[in-house]
Amino acid sequence: MIFVIILSLLLGLAIGFILPVNLPAAYVSYLSVAILAALDSVFGGIRSSLEQKFDNLIFITGFFGNAILAGGLAYIGDVLGVPIYLAAIFVFGSRLFVNFAYIRRYVVERLRKK
Amino acid sequence: MKKSIYFSIAFVCIVLGIMLSTQFKTVQKSGEITVQRSEELTNQLKQVQSEKQALQKQLKDLEDRINEYIETSSKTNALTQTLKSDIDKYKEIAGLTDVQGPGIIVTITDGKQSIQSGQNNNLNLVQDEDLLRVVNELWAAGAEALSLNDQRIITTTEIRNIGPTINVNSTRFVSPYVFKAIGDPDTLEAALRLRGGLVDQLSTWGIEVNIKKSDKILIKKYDGIINFKYAKPITEGENK
Repeated sequence: MIFVIILSLLLGLAIGFILPVNLPAAYVSYLSVAILAALDSVFGGIRSSLEQKFDNLIFITGFFGNAILAGGLAYIGDVLGVPIYLAAIFVFGSRLFVNFAYIRRYVVERLRKK
Repeated sequence: MKKSIYFSIAFVCIVLGIMLSTQFKTVQKSGEITVQRSEELTNQLKQVQSEKQALQKQLKDLEDRINEYIETSSKTNALTQTLKSDIDKYKEIAGLTDVQGPGIIVTITDGKQSIQSGQNNNLNLVQDEDLLRVVNELWAAGAEALSLNDQRIITTTEIRNIGPTINVNSTRFVSPYVFKAIGDPDTLEAALRLRGGLVDQLSTWGIEVNIKKSDKILIKKYDGIINFKYAKPITEGENK
């Protein structure tokens, strides 16, 4: 499981560096919020797989849906002059820590049982 | 079931990796751009500054040379001699030369009355209007050259309140305001000291006016740049 995650992450990083895709500097803030949402989805996926509640469709839709919604909200916030991206950062950031705490607990408990 | 989980997680992680590296590249690049840009701009600034210095030096040299030419040619040629005296006269009128002569020095100071509550504390401060009236009165009494706090008063000089300070030739001043006027000292002083005149009126507000006569007053030239962008001279005979 962990190997799959690390390997595919490295593969993605390599692809990203090799691909000649350049983002205009103006969109950096939107992509950063989307990355935060995506990270949250990944952590949520790991957690649910540990809890044996993993649902493939929910995972995929959550990943893309959250990322697009976060980026879009940040954009709308910029247009309206309201810093909505702060809400995205706050929500996804806190959820990321909560998910990580669950994962940590599962792993520690499993190690103890052994 | 198990396989599809791995597939989706791998796919999601690849996408995340691509996003991360794209973001990383963009952030790195934009940082480089700003550093490069600032260096470029610094170099440009330095270059322009040194250019400006060189040009100022050149301007001074050229001005010196023009003066030299005027001097030498005015000695040999009668026509250029009259031209030179014309230029000198107009320079004097325009306030572009230092002038010296008899006149008065007027010092105007804010009132020192203690301010009671409920009173408008602007009443005993010198306002732009007071100074403008002094200027007006001195011109009317035949002053030939005027300066306020060593700022030569020329045709475009403004005297205006800027908050608690007063702007003269785009320079800010606070009390005391020192006028220097060249003209007949007795006439100038009498014009200000008329019964019911300026000094009387200002002193009712508590503003102190001190007038000193002198045989030798030096008024410096206007040291700014006069640049007419809109007003163009018309020669005679042209349609008006």
